[in-house]
Parts: sequence; C-alpha cells; structure tokens
Amino acid sequence: MTVQFSPAAGRDRFVGSAVSRVDGPAKVTGLAKYAGEFAAPDLAYGVVVSSAIAKGSIRSIDASAAEAVSGVIKVITHENRPATSDNPEDYQDAVAPPGAPFQALATDRIVFSGQPVALVVAEDFETARYAASLVRVDYGVVAPRTDLAAQAPESYDPPMKRSGIKPPPEPWGDAETAFDAAEIRVNGQYRMADEHHNPMEPHASTVVVEKDGTYTVYDKIQGVSNTHDYIASAFGLKPEQVRVLNPYLGGGFGSGLRPQYQLFLAMLAAKDLGRSVRVTLTRDQMWSFTYRSEALQTVSLGADRSGKLTALRHDAVQGTSSYEDYQEVVVNWSGVLYDCDNVKLTYSLAKLDTPTPGDMRAPGAVTGVYAIETAMDELAYATGQDPIQLRLKNYTESDPTEEKPFGSKALKECFREGAERFGWSRRNPQPRSMREGRELVGWGMATGIWESMMMQSSAHAVLTADGRLEVGNQTGDIGTGTYTILTQIAADTLGLPLDHVTTKLGDTQLAKAPVAGGSWTAASSGTAVMKACRSIAEQAFKLARGMDNSPLANADFERVVFSNGRIELAGDPAKSVALTDVLKATGTAKLEATGEAAPDKDFAKEYEAYTHSAIFVEVKIDEELGQVRCTRVVSAIAAGKILNLKTARSQILGGIVMGVGSALHEESMLDHRIGRFMNHNLGEYHVPVNADIHDIDVIFVDEEDKANPLGVKGLGEIGIVGVAAAISNAVFHATGKRIRHLPITPDKILADD
Amino acid sequence: MLIDSGSPGAVGTIGITLTINGERRTLQVAPWTTLLDLLRERLDLTGTKKGCDHGQCGACTVLVNGTRINSCLTLAVMKDGAEITTVEGLAGLAQREGKNSLHPIQEAFVEHDAFQCGYCTPGQLCSSVGLINEGHAKTRDEIREAMSGNICRCGAYTNIVDAIEEVMQQGDAR
Repeated sequence: MTVQFSPAAGRDRFVGSAVSRVDGPAKVTGLAKYAGEFAAPDLAYGVVVSSAIAKGSIRSIDASAAEAVSGVIKVITHENRPATSDNPEDYQDAVAPPGAPFQALATDRIVFSGQPVALVVAEDFETARYAASLVRVDYGVVAPRTDLAAQAPESYDPPMKRSGIKPPPEPWGDAETAFDAAEIRVNGQYRMADEHHNPMEPHASTVVVEKDGTYTVYDKIQGVSNTHDYIASAFGLKPEQVRVLNPYLGGGFGSGLRPQYQLFLAMLAAKDLGRSVRVTLTRDQMWSFTYRSEALQTVSLGADRSGKLTALRHDAVQGTSSYEDYQEVVVNWSGVLYDCDNVKLTYSLAKLDTPTPGDMRAPGAVTGVYAIETAMDELAYATGQDPIQLRLKNYTESDPTEEKPFGSKALKECFREGAERFGWSRRNPQPRSMREGRELVGWGMATGIWESMMMQSSAHAVLTADGRLEVGNQTGDIGTGTYTILTQIAADTLGLPLDHVTTKLGDTQLAKAPVAGGSWTAASSGTAVMKACRSIAEQAFKLARGMDNSPLANADFERVVFSNGRIELAGDPAKSVALTDVLKATGTAKLEATGEAAPDKDFAKEYEAYTHSAIFVEVKIDEELGQVRCTRVVSAIAAGKILNLKTARSQILGGIVMGVGSALHEESMLDHRIGRFMNHNLGEYHVPVNADIHDIDVIFVDEEDKANPLGVKGLGEIGIVGVAAAISNAVFHATGKRIRHLPITPDKILADD
Repeated sequence: MLIDSGSPGAVGTIGITLTINGERRTLQVAPWTTLLDLLRERLDLTGTKKGCDHGQCGACTVLVNGTRINSCLTLAVMKDGAEITTVEGLAGLAQREGKNSLHPIQEAFVEHDAFQCGYCTPGQLCSSVGLINEGHAKTRDEIREAMSGNICRCGAYTNIVDAIEEVMQQGDAR
C-alpha cells in the first residue's frame, strides 16, 4: 500500500491552491496553436467529400471535373488510393473497441452516412473546397438500420469485451421474484438522445513531410502516442519516422481519444504526394464519426414501505456500428451505488448503420445514472421519502458488485454540504407546490458516480544549473489544466517558484504516457511527475551532502525539505543550501530523472475506487411556453485531494454545463429513412449557450484517498454525471410530469400525458 | 470561370487595404475569400478560430472598426479600408491606452479561469470587448444574453460573465 504524502513532504505551497492556468497567457493572446494551425512550406489542403448515403456502395465516382480545376493536385478515392497495411489489426488504436476499425477510402462499401468517399487535395483551401463540390458519386443504396428501438430485438451480448470496460456483474439474489413480491414497485423505461461531442475545434491534422523523409504530424488527439502508433502500423513506418505533436487541443470530451479519418487521409495524401498536407473537417463532418449512442433502458425497483430496496433491475440496450462492438459501462453503476439483496443488471448491443459510437464525457455513466437516479426519485415519491433520506437508507460503504470496500466515499458529506448550500430543507416535496410569478419552480437532486482510475504513465524531469526545471510527458492537456497541475506538483516537490518550472506535453519525443481520458491524467501523470522530481531531489541531496562543509553533511533525505529553491534541514532552516549552489559547486550541468506511475495493485486488491457527487438543481418552467430554465445548481463533489481549486472548479462547471445540454437541449436527430443525422450544425443541434447557464455553485468536500501518493481521484467526468437526472427530477417537482426521455424540450412539457 | 484564389495578383483578385492590429496591409484577395480565411490561411493570424464557418459558434469573432462581427460570414473585400482587431491585437489596443501588458479583458479571463481548452477564447475576448464598446449590457443577465453568440463547449460561461463584469466595473470606476 502506498502511503499518502504531499509532494513537498508536508510543504504544499502551490498544490491545493487556486493558481491561474500557466497556459493562460498563450490562450488569451492567440499564440496557442492547434493541430490545424501549424504552417509548413508548400502546404497542400485536403477537403473531404462525404457520402450522401448511409449504406450501400459506390457504383462509380467521377472526379474529372474536380481534377480539371486549376490548383487541384489530386483527388484520392477508393479507386486510386495508395496501399496501406492490409492487416485490419494494424488499424487498432490504443483505445479501439473489439472489431475491425473503419478505414477511409478502402473499398466501395458505404457503412455510415457522411463516410469519406474522396479527398480533394489542392494548392489552397478554397480551391479544394470548391473542387470537392464537383466530385460526382453514383451510389447503390441499401436501406439503412439506424432505429435503435427497431433493432433492439436483435440485440446481443458482445462476444468480445472491450478492454477496461467491466461487463455487468453476475446477478445476485432473485431480482424478478423480489420485485414481484415488493410492497412498493417502480418500473420505468428511460431514453435519451444521441449526442455529439462538438468540441469547438473541428478535427484537424497537419502532416509535415520533413526534408529527411520523416513525418511531423500535428493531430487533434487526446494523447499523441495513440496517433503515433496508429500511423506507424497503418502506414508501415518505423516508429522513429513519425513524430506527433499536439500541444493544445480545442476540446475533446472523448472525441479525440481515437485517431479519426482526417488524420489517416492527411497522412495518406502527404505520403503519396511527398508534400505536407492539412485536412480539417467541417462542422457538419463532426457528425460523421464518434457520438454518444443513446440507450433503451428499463429500471425496476422494489422496496418495502420504509424505502429499503428489495429488488433492483437495470437493463440497457445500446447502439453500436456494423463494424465494431463499442461498449461502455451503463448499468453497473446501479449495483455499485445501492445496497440491495436482489440485483440483476444486463447490457446488450444492437447493430446500427452509423459510425462507431465512442466515449463522450463520463461515457456510460451519463446514460445509466440518468436512469437509476430518476427511478430513485420515483421511488422517493412512491414511498413518501425525501430523496436524500431514501439514498441514505440504501447507502453502501462497500461496492456490492465486487464485495470490496471503497477506498474512500464521502458521499454522505456531499449530501449534507450540498443540501445545506442549496437550502434543500425548505423544499416542499409536493409537485407543483412552488411558483414564482408565471413560472413553476422545481427542486430536484441526484447522485453522481465515476470510476477513479490510474494508467501506466511516465514523466521526465530535468533540473538545470540555473535552477530551472522542465518536466513533461506525452499526454495531452485537453483543457483540463494538466499543464498547470503538473507545474504545481513539480514546483512543490523541488521547492521551486512556479515560474522556474516549465511543463511540456503532447509530443512523442517526451516520456511515454497514454491518452488523456477517463479522469485518470491527474493521478497518473501527476504521480509520475512527482516521482521524477523526488528522484532529482534525492540526487541533489546526495550532492549537497557531499559538498565541502555542507550544512547537510549528517542529514538524512527524510529529514530535509525543499523550499524556496533550497534544501533545508527540517526544523532548522538556517542549515540549508541553494539548489543552484549545489549544482554549481559540484560542477553538475543538470540533474534528470524519469518517474514511472502505475495503478497500485495492493490497493486494488483490497479496495474499489470511485468519485461521488450530489447535485441539487432548481428549474423554472413557463408552462405556456414549455420552456425549462435551469436557474441554480449546487454540485458537491467527493474526489479526493484537489490539486488546483480554480481549474478543478472549472472542470465541474464544464461537466454541469454539458449535463444541462444533455437534459434540456442536445439531440442528434436521425432520419431513419435515410440513416442520417439531420441537424448536423450548431444552429440546429443546440449546445448550452451563455444565456442558458445561470448560477452554479461547486463544493469540494474533504476526502482522503490512498489509491495514489497524491490522493487525487480525477475530476474530468464526475461533474456531468447525475446532472440530467437532477434536472429531470426538478422538472417533475415543478410540473408533476415525469418525462423519461431526454432532452426535456418544450414539446414534451407541453404534451398531454 | 475558374481562377486562382490564393496567389496575390492572380486573375480575378481584388486589391484591398486593411489595417490589421494597427498594421496597414495592402492585399490581393479573391472575391470569395472570407475575412476569417484571409487571417488564418494567408496572414498566419491563427488566433482567430474557425469553429463552424456558418456564423453559429462565434469562435471567429473579430472587431471591425470596434464592432464585433463573425469573420467567417464576412468576405474580406467587403471590409476594404476597415480597421480589424484580432485577439493578437487586443494587447496592442490596451497599449494604445497606455497599458503595457495584456488587455484588461485578457487579464480578467486568466484570473477568472474563463476558458479551458482555449479554442473559443479569442472569439469570446473580442466579443467581450465589442459588448463593452456597445455599452448596452449592464446586468449579468444582459451580459449572458449578449454573449450567447459565442459558444464555449468547455462550459466556462459563469467565469466568462465574472470576467466581463469585472472589466465593466473597472471601466465604470475610471
């Protein structure tokens, strides 16, 4: 078991404070460059032609008019596409689900709407865009299957499980019999909409062909290692022939976990032409890959009159593509959250003719927790219990699905502190009992949960004689604040001022680290950076101890602290030596070290690790207009140690905003006749705008956790989980109407029951 | 007729003069080149972002003669003679007013953590300056409404309002 210690052995100076983002100045001056913004001599532009059908084949493709446009360099289609690896496994990226990944322009087959059918490469962007409009495609059309409800009877248990995704646990007790015998029964079907990530930066890749024939690739990816290994294997290149960078990512939310087709096409064209190429997708093309697939869910809860659960069933059918079995954890959360003797959880997939769905902020949890937490609200009403009391009555200190205690679980504190801040005790539980002017007022709450994970990661640190430290690894800062927290950790570990530390990320020439996702980056890269810096501290200390007349001559490493650029004897700061003096006196140009972090197996043997939250929401509803406004949110978060109060709060704010979108606005609408998302633009797919967002209050409750030396549990996902349920519960409280289909748009408020 | 769109002086291009971030520039542009593509692809002023190219997201917001506009919906030739300020020039605007670091709105965005990934930020900043120039928004609700043309998918909205409110109050105090 690892012992928790803070980076500076009890001398946190920056860790835990509200330091502003270290990359802030670059971002507010426009100097931060994103993947589609890197210049290269003789850069050519590729524009993708997208399939107009969802399923079938290309009978013929006529690119002659496009090729005739002055400035067009080449039109690449499946007919003239240069060869790449013919082994489907070479296209499996680090986070690919089971199946055969999509390969652009590989054959004449069309398997989803918007599939790339040609890449037009030209001297400039506008010529490529114009010529792309001239490519004529004749399709053989087959009726697509995109209606999840229609395909659900054909659903199946995925034969190959996705790595890292726990299938539902074996049932325990007898949920069916217990449900039938229960005094109080609640049973509901829940649906949500397909959602698209829509980061503000459209996916883009700039492939630069270097003079020595190697490739420098700027790719919109949440971790450059994934792009690097994918390109090397798909294009049969040696690892050293490809360098991938992505210092800044304009929003990912999961859409940047896997290499997308614009990367493949940019690389294909660059390699073929021997010339640098950039491919940037249009906003509507952002609907032509990864999305959060909706699920058909049924939750059945049986309880006694006091509200104690006696039966819990949660079943989900989720869509996947024809060529991969994407899976996420949808139903397990119900089993982890509540103590119940009879539980059955099932999850199955149905094939759809869409692109493969993918991880989108808190994948699976957003979906499953919406259902269980709405059902729990229904049970609260059915049993006449306060929703918090009902949750406390069924509270569990251990994970029933694994029969192991939680490493930490301060959910009770979340309920208490959140309820107090929100003023929950003043709630009249009666639906339609609260009103303000012409608006009905509703208060609702829900629980949120997300897994706390760690991934194998390394980090490298270099301390130079001028007292400056550089740390870094390959992972990406996806807007979460990774540059900042790693800088804080490094500065505290070696007792340096913040401005003496530079953090570098998103470059395959840096120390190995995985994609940024799953809320694991702070724990994984943070621990690796801390270990690298601790190693430098030890090296510096040994040098210091050996200096002539060293004030630390008889000290132990455990008895010194690193502070203000000096190594000090604990409790006797007069006995100290500056790090710069140590390096100078010993003729050391630099000290460097690599730190490795990995999940603690001993911890995992004994404990389960989750973050938790309690979300309290106020909605105001104009019943005549059907308009729901989310006027107030309090989110109390239990996520271990908080490294940076400012960026941590922002993570939760962002999750809540996306949760509001999920509950009230976001809906990618498929026309099942043609298998196409119809509202593929930001005018018709509404994401929350500033006017939709009102007061949000974030509380971090104290929680000590020992899964990693930093005590952090991750924050990227937990903010969104449960938000939609809290809002839908507040809508019920306001209107007396239980709407079990997200988003809760005006038509649903206005509809007769 | 098909003509070269990018190279200066090519058949069918039109000569215009723009003052961009205080620098006067004479340019030959194709009639279909948007102000956004001109900035990003020709002048390497990539601070101005393309989020949708349809005027739906606000990432491309710049100031034209002090007024905020969507540069993706504006053809460069329409702005012949205009003064353009992009995010790269905001600090310069402040410098003209005697400050020698960032523009107050840039500082307020950093202080209030009014961004995460940073991609919508240049548009949010230019839009904020435009909003303050307009002088209509006085309350938080009015700021929210008038900033709703700028989408932030990271969800920094409350912090953006905090930052703008602070700068507006500083202005009132002066």
